[in-house]
Formats: sequence, C-alpha cells, structure tokens
Amino acid sequence: MADNGDDDSQHRVNEGDYVVLKRGDIYKAVQIQKKKKTVFEKQWFFLDNAVGELYGTTFEVVTDGKLQPRKPKHIESSADAKEAGTDNRNIQDDGKSQKLTRDDIETLKEQVQQLIENSTTFRDKTEFAQEKYIKKKKKKYENSVMVLRPSCRILAMMYHGREPGKICHLRYDTLAQMLTLGNIHAGSKVLVFETCAGLVLGAVIERMGGYGSVVQMYPGGGPVRAGVESFGFPSHFHDTLHEFPICHVNALLAGTLDTEAKDIDTNAGQANGDKSNLTQTDPEKAEGKGGSPDTEDQSMETSTSTDPAEDKEREEREKRREIRAQEKIVKTEEKRKKLSAAAGVLKGRNADGLVIASRFHPCPVLLGLIKFLAPSRPFVVYSQYKEPLIECYSKLREQGGAVSLRLTDSWIRHYQVLPNRTHPMLLMSGGGGYILSGTTVATDTTKAKTCSTTAEEPAAKRLKLTETTEG
Amino acid sequence: MSFVEYSEFIQEGDVAIIFLGHDSMMPVKVQQGAQTQTRYGVVRHSKDLIGQRFGTKVTCSKGGWVYVLHPTPELWTLILPHRTQILYTTDIANITMMLELKPGSVVCESGTGSGSLSHAILRTIAPTGHLHTVEFHQQRAEKAAEEFREHRVDHLVTVRNQDVCKEGFGVTGVADAVFLDIPSPWEAIRHAKNGMKRQGGRVCSFSPCIEQVQKTCEALADEGFEEISTLEVLLRVHDVRSITLPLPDFGSDRPLETPTDTPVPSNASVLCKTTTPPRDMAGHTGYLTFATKPSV
Repeated sequence: MADNGDDDSQHRVNEGDYVVLKRGDIYKAVQIQKKKKTVFEKQWFFLDNAVGELYGTTFEVVTDGKLQPRKPKHIESSADAKEAGTDNRNIQDDGKSQKLTRDDIETLKEQVQQLIENSTTFRDKTEFAQEKYIKKKKKKYENSVMVLRPSCRILAMMYHGREPGKICHLRYDTLAQMLTLGNIHAGSKVLVFETCAGLVLGAVIERMGGYGSVVQMYPGGGPVRAGVESFGFPSHFHDTLHEFPICHVNALLAGTLDTEAKDIDTNAGQANGDKSNLTQTDPEKAEGKGGSPDTEDQSMETSTSTDPAEDKEREEREKRREIRAQEKIVKTEEKRKKLSAAAGVLKGRNADGLVIASRFHPCPVLLGLIKFLAPSRPFVVYSQYKEPLIECYSKLREQGGAVSLRLTDSWIRHYQVLPNRTHPMLLMSGGGGYILSGTTVATDTTKAKTCSTTAEEPAAKRLKLTETTEG
Repeated sequence: MSFVEYSEFIQEGDVAIIFLGHDSMMPVKVQQGAQTQTRYGVVRHSKDLIGQRFGTKVTCSKGGWVYVLHPTPELWTLILPHRTQILYTTDIANITMMLELKPGSVVCESGTGSGSLSHAILRTIAPTGHLHTVEFHQQRAEKAAEEFREHRVDHLVTVRNQDVCKEGFGVTGVADAVFLDIPSPWEAIRHAKNGMKRQGGRVCSFSPCIEQVQKTCEALADEGFEEISTLEVLLRVHDVRSITLPLPDFGSDRPLETPTDTPVPSNASVLCKTTTPPRDMAGHTGYLTFATKPSV
C-alpha cells in the first residue's frame, strides 16, 4: 500500500499532551501527566500507559488504575441471542426477574454474561430487546476509556454536554455555523469577543492554523483562555494571538490611547511613574492592596512577636516584597507591549472578520467592534436569546454599513440507525442559541459623520432634557 | 482576490460579486472595458470596479447603486451556476466541523457536482491542505476545474473524472477526511477507507433518503468504522419585523350618559419588534452520517 510515510510519531500520545477521554457520549479534557490520578465517570486511573500509544486507542482499566490497550474489538457474539421470544405478552414486571443481589452484581461487574444467564425473562425477550438489555448492562459496567486528540468538534460537544452554562449554551452546530458564516480561514485578521471559556477563540485559532492573526477583545482584568489550552495548539500558534481590553476600545477609536509609557493596569495608580518610582511605590501598594488577611497577619505578628526570629522574618518579607515588585514591573512591561502590539493590529481598521459570543448585551459590542472591520467582510454575533439580536439588527439597519443581515438559529436532530430500528433519537436539544450574521460595506463619508456615537450621544441627552423641562 | 485570501482592491481578472439586494446577487469577471447590466443600470468595469475597494457602493448609470463584494464560499454558494443539486451553508458548516477540517487537511470528495462544498473545503484547508475531488460526469468535472482556475484555488485541488464506486479517489493512504455525496455511498465506503491515512480520519456521507443511510451505516460498520452517527440540521431564518397590535376598547366604566352615545373607535395600539418565520422553509436537505476510521 502506498502510504504517506510511517511517521506515526505525530499520531502518538506524548507526556504533557492535552487529550480528551471518551466513554460513550461522555468526554473529558485532561493533560497527560505521569503518576497523576485521573477521575472520569466515577472511575479513577493513571494515564501513564497511554504515552506512546496511538490517538484513538481504547484502554481497559485494570488493577490499580492501570490502563491496558484493548485487544482488537471482539465481534459481538450473536450466540447470546440464539434463543428468543417474539413478543412480550408473557413478560411480567414483578421486579424479581434478576435473581442476583446487589453484592453479587458488584463482584461480577464486567460479566454481563452472568446477568444474562440469571435473568429469567431474557430468553423470552425479543431479539431487539435482548440486544438492548446487553447494551445497557455493558454501558453500566464497562470500564474502557478512549484517548482522543482534541479538536473543535470534540471540545464543542464536550462543553455542550458537561458545562453548557460556561459557554452561554452555544451548541456545537451553532458554533459550526459561526465559523463558516464568519469565513474564518488561514491568513486573515479576526477579532473575537467571547465569554465562552475560550472555546470560540480556540475554534477560531484551529481554523486559522497559525496563519494570520487573532485579536481577543476581552472584558475585565484579563482574557479567559481555559478552553484554548485544551486544544493543545503548537506553541507557534500563540504568536498569532493578541489581546486587547475592551475598556480601551473607545480610547483607541478616538486616537487617545497611549500605549507608550502609560501603565494599563487599571488598579495601579503609577500612571506616569518611571522604573525607579515603581520599585518604591509598589511594595507599599502591595501591602495596602493585599486585602484584609495580609494586614491582619501583620498586625498579629507585630503584637505577639518578641523573639529574635522576628527580624529574620521581616527580612524575608522584604525580600519577597522586592521579588514581587520586580515581577510586577516585568508583568506591567509585558502587558504594555502586548497592548501596543494589539493596538497596532487594530489601528488600520482593516480586520477581516468579527466573531462575538458572550454573556454581554451584543448590541454595544457589535456596534463598537464593527468599526475595526474592513468593508466587504463578514461578521457573526451569537446570543443565547433572540431579542438582543433583534435590537442589533434594527440598529445596524438604521446606521448602515452592513448588508445581508440574517437572524437565524439551527435545529439538530440525531438518529438511531439500526436494522429495522431506525428512528430519531428520543431526546434532542431544545435550543442552541441564535446568530446574527452579515457583511460590512463602506459607509458614505457624510453619513458616517452624523452616525458616529460622539455626535449622537450629546444630542440624545439634550433631547431628554428638553423633554423633562417641558413636562 | 482569491477564494482563500482577502484583498483590499479590485483588480482585473478578479471575480467580484455585485450585490443588488439580499436575494439578488451576481458574480462578474472583472475585465478592462467590460460592462455589466443590472436592473439599476450599467456597471463599467474600468471606471466602477478596477482599483476600487471591495465593499464600496457603485452608482450605476440610471442613478441606482449596488455594492461590490469580495467573493467568499458562502456568497458563491448563493449564486453559483447549478449543474446539480448543491449543498448549502448550513450543512457545509456542520460537515466542515464534524470532519475536523483545518489548514493542512487532505480531503477526498465525490462527486464534485457544482463545487459548492468544494469551495468551502478549499477555503478551510488552505494554504497547505489538498482536495482530491472525483466527478464521473466529464463535462461537470471540466467545468469545475475551470472554475477552480478562475477562482485561483487550482493549486489546492485535483479534479479526477472517474467513477468513485469503481475506481476510488485515485489516491491511497493520504486523506484526513472523506466526503461522499453520491447516490450509492455504500459502494464507495471501501474506497473511502483506502484513501484515508493509516492513522485514521473522519468520513461523512450525505444522503436524502433514510434507506441510503441504512445501507451506508451497515457498510461503515462492516469496514470497521467507529463512532457512526447520523444527524440532520435545519436552518430557521427569522424575519425581523415591527408589528402593531391594536388594543380593544373596553369602554368607559361610567354608565352611558346618553343612550345615543355611540362608542368612538379607539386607535390605541402597541408597537413591538419581533420576528416571524418565513412562510416556507427547507424542511429536509439530507441526512449526514459521520464515522471515524480507527488507527491501525
């Protein structure tokens, strides 16, 4: 067979890899660490033995939580179903059909065969019911786990199944629509504003493949990227990722954002301090800002300590303070550099795509960030609720600068496909959120002036004032 | 301009999309001296298009105006010349994610059809991936290859004119993903497996009928595919409207002073912003069956 090389190395699990464990429809993202106990589906084990195996391998959990690669799949023996009834007219639900006790079952966990042999009704069940019985029992007592390479598909399904609240109930098919409607692809410059644990950001980065740039616009103190880590991207992907605090958007748009010397840490006051200044002021501040536990600690120490150890401790404290201060300077400097880099990417207002999926009201976010897009570029906004997107739609229509506006949601249905038993699944997802998508176009320069927020706001206020004075 | 790379300005030889309204768009091949007629008047390529920025408003001869847009696979899907039934963006989005396509992926596809999905795949796997697409209808295969050249994505795709059920994809052991949109996909599952990397990958088959799905799932299981899953996705479009709901007049709570006093019709009403579903929507496109080829 003409194969594309025997290079299996990149298909094998390495120590430190981010992987996803799977059993049935349940997923869990973990990192491979030696001698680390992992709990998955009420079972604990060590992932040490997964190292060196191919991705997609199924393991059995054996004694002491060790994993053992499963031997080639045993074909489900049809012998079990040899003796079968045709219908269920003689089957009584007396709750006594299983003669084994709970303890017996505990000791015979994997041995589904035992359960079958001791079930008085099993032979009377139809072939289909027998299969279902076996499947159910197997699922209950199965101790296998599959180790998968993380992907947008798997992580989106995992988050939706395990923690939908953390991703604003964004369903995987909705995420799929967003990536496609946003035309996310290698080489473009994409803005992302999300509060979906980093899942949406990770999905965008995956589609960019390390080509182009992504700017994560983040609210609050820092960007949330837990979900991005689970993708296990190669380190060079992170070079394409920038971050920009949403609280500086107005300043950037107005051209008043100074990324040169200013400290952008919002809770620090040393805005115009040089380095020497920083070292002096920082320890004091660290003390003051440290919160109540810190200060409490200190007062207790000073009041009770009479022994010579006090001096030593104080010295150490000083040292720690200095180190902390030093670290802070480095961090501040890093942050400033990052801000200036991201500002540089944004300044041209020529981004190729915009993806919004957050718990914030999407309207101001969209109207603010769409200004960074070049004309003829797609944008896509997710919301768990329809009403805020109706508002976005109306405002965009009023303001102009966008065409092809569409408010949509998608509906997904899974099927059971088995010989003579094909039907839709009994349970389906009720809602996966809504999407507003569209394409930017160049605005008329005259119109753009009157539409800018700076011109609009005072006018609105004045209007209110006159209303109240009249009334 | 290319379908896999944005550019700022329109150049000669580009494909640009003239946007007349949401359901009214047309592709044009930009050429010096050429003209395009629209219902708002003539668009002159040399003056109105070449050198202009994508996304600008172009005033036509009759005083009307249109926007000229950069091509994307999604816009192309809405305006491409149909040579077959095509896949639409909703299904394409799910196929792309569930096949785990990304830059660098090697994909096998059959049939090429009108190239709606092909363009979306190429966009996603560029700049380092490759698409091997198989179309048994010679004319369609040729037309697709020509379009790929025009759209400047031909370096990423190989079109083969053969029967995938008999001859396979023309490649062995290279694909990360396989997509089938043919009448009898179960006859091509074996070839799909051969086309895929030894270390495994993902496969998807699109079929309108459940009997086709049934046979395909059996073939997938027989060939040792795992995680077999069938699903269907529908798109609901919400038309945003402002509606006015009149309020009924409950009359006065005082007794009528004069028996001849006829109630005056009240004009009170409430305005609200809402959405309405379109009268008709696509109720079924096809079932999507996905599976994983395990690593050997």
